[in-house]
Amino acid sequence: MMKFSLPGVHVPHRKHTASSVGERIPTPQTVTIPTAMHIGKPARLLVKVGDTVFVGTKIAEADGAVSSVIHASVSGTVTKIYDMLQSNGRTVPAAVITSDGNMTPDPSLAPRTVSSREELIAAIRESGVVGLGGAGFPTHVKFSVPEDAIEELVINGAECEPYITSDTVTMLTRADEMAYAISQLRTYYQIKRVVIGIEKNKPEAIASMQKMAASLEGVEVKVLPSLYPQGGEKVLVYHTVGKVIPMGKLPLDVGCVVVNVTTLAAIGRYLMTGMPLVEKCLTVDGGAVKKPQNVIAPIGTPLSEVFAFCEGFSSEPAKLLYGGPMMGVALSDMSAPVLKNTNAILALTAKEAKLPKTTACIRCGACTNHCPFGLNPAALERAYERRDAEALDSLCVTLCMECGCCSFNCPANRPLVQTHKLAKVFLRDAKSKEAKS
Amino acid sequence: MSQLHVSASPHIHSGNSTSGIMRDVLIALLPTTLAGVIIFGWRALLVLLVSVGSAVGFEALWQWLLKKDQTITDLSAAVTGLLLGLNLPANIPLWQVVIGNLFAIIVVKCLFGGLGCNLVNPAITGRVFMLVSFGSLVKNAFPVGVDATTSATPLGTLAAGGTVSYADLFLGNVGGAIGETCKLALLIGFVYLLVRRVITWHLPVVFIASSFVLTFLFNGFDLNAAALMTLSGGLFIGAIFMATDYVTSPATAWGKVVFAVGAALITVMVRLWGNYPEGVSYGILLMNILTPYIETWTRHKRFGEVKKA
Repeated sequence: MMKFSLPGVHVPHRKHTASSVGERIPTPQTVTIPTAMHIGKPARLLVKVGDTVFVGTKIAEADGAVSSVIHASVSGTVTKIYDMLQSNGRTVPAAVITSDGNMTPDPSLAPRTVSSREELIAAIRESGVVGLGGAGFPTHVKFSVPEDAIEELVINGAECEPYITSDTVTMLTRADEMAYAISQLRTYYQIKRVVIGIEKNKPEAIASMQKMAASLEGVEVKVLPSLYPQGGEKVLVYHTVGKVIPMGKLPLDVGCVVVNVTTLAAIGRYLMTGMPLVEKCLTVDGGAVKKPQNVIAPIGTPLSEVFAFCEGFSSEPAKLLYGGPMMGVALSDMSAPVLKNTNAILALTAKEAKLPKTTACIRCGACTNHCPFGLNPAALERAYERRDAEALDSLCVTLCMECGCCSFNCPANRPLVQTHKLAKVFLRDAKSKEAKS
Repeated sequence: MSQLHVSASPHIHSGNSTSGIMRDVLIALLPTTLAGVIIFGWRALLVLLVSVGSAVGFEALWQWLLKKDQTITDLSAAVTGLLLGLNLPANIPLWQVVIGNLFAIIVVKCLFGGLGCNLVNPAITGRVFMLVSFGSLVKNAFPVGVDATTSATPLGTLAAGGTVSYADLFLGNVGGAIGETCKLALLIGFVYLLVRRVITWHLPVVFIASSFVLTFLFNGFDLNAAALMTLSGGLFIGAIFMATDYVTSPATAWGKVVFAVGAALITVMVRLWGNYPEGVSYGILLMNILTPYIETWTRHKRFGEVKKA
């Protein structure tokens, strides 16, 4: 069992929106749905300009094993298909749907009853659900395993990033869908334990999940310390079931599958109602937002409309983020759409977004002493600066989950995790060059 | 539409800063500074002012001459100057103080690339440089009102078979460098650094405790003598403020322990069998040089690390 808890950092909580359960925004006029909102190959579009679609109509098919199905999030007409530049620099086809304002559900949608593990996996695939905690890994792939492969199902309700409360909303309002998904999964897999991990700064969510757990057998709630990053997959597995995932391995290698609470609820909703993943509850916050709150928006809604629903900006936003401030992605454009894995959008003021000046490393050790995985970010930075692939490899740069604890705490504000990202790419290139020669 | 700033995560920062850490060290040294001035008089204050002023001045001059960004606002030069001053006797000629800081700042720190790049602690090395250059430094400094001609530093007295009272040792009413005699003030600074989480307990506690144990073992199993020697000289200021310098000590807890035991061993050996009254300085200086290796030996275990075949 677990002996020590892993290091981490005390980030500010800023959970201002914790009591906002999520209001549905008015139907946007158009939605823009890219074919890549998941890790893996972009989906293959099934629609063309002029096609009529309903809420939940499948508009793109998963292309290959690691890919995901995509559905229309409004009813209306496909008016444009174009190559869209995404925030990660990738250009993928995207479909623009002009809403008819009716939000008519697809008539073919019906509760999905399954009678075997294969049917359950197929259903999860058809639900279009991907890792909604942020990673966007297609969920059906995690479950495409033999029935005895999963010993523990670890449910991630840690929500350790500042500001974000959308998973809290899920835990408060969608316990029934989560419970249904858990019972279906337990029917077709020999799962011994189900553990829901939640940071202790969310007492209401903990109470709601404990209530749900009491109604199900073999489900327990594990209260985690409020120490970022409890929601990191390896950190969560270690702190909930006490298993160490070896370097370079997946949770499944130690008999665990980790799913986020909202991912689980989305599976439950699809099985119960047949409605696939077409809308997201997201936290809209940050100092520049006039009315911070949780909202429910169709996937593909332009962020500008979501902000407009929150009464716009009280001051000029200097930085716009998908996700939380520790791992979120900065956006250059207010018209970017809500994605499947968008759990928050933050508009930070210039003051909030201002980072201290970078100065010389004073070798204080704050980076290595706060790294959950015991890496030495300062040494990694020096190794990358001299482009030393061998040193990067022996310092295990690939183990870095990019949680940002090192950079957050660095008194010299060195761009440590930022360098790790570059170093990983550099190491990969160096290794492939070596393999070729 | 305004310009949106785009950068890689993380997008927030803890607010920790180098200058904040250095400011905390300066604050932690305040009780010791005050005690030094009370014990050794106004000449001590003059030495400290000259020391801090010349340290900051030399760094400013260096950065200006090399047309580099000014770095004195990170306060690290001020810390070096104050520490070096506290390690000097109150009656030292002021020109020697300036030369010592020239060596500490320019040779030890700036020539190696400035803050974070120096291999050894500038203040310690400055003190050792001054000892080697200007002869016996410390043995001529005595508290105000004590007759310098008939007294010696406690280590000198002990070596000569004499005895010193615990109260005098603890409160600093003995001969020595300005900042090294008052253990009470140094401990107050230590507690402040712990509370502010600037340092951890490992290095100072292990350094002082092992010095005590080793003195006891090597010096005829005499508890009283071991305790007196531990309370004497520069052990406390060295263990609390000099050995814990981030740049030149290991970052990991186990590394700090190894560093501390090694420094204690050298300190005790120099004190018992050496010719110089400089055990602590040499202990720290030699362990500074070993720090990169200690860090490698004691690095954290990586999560899920598998032994490579």
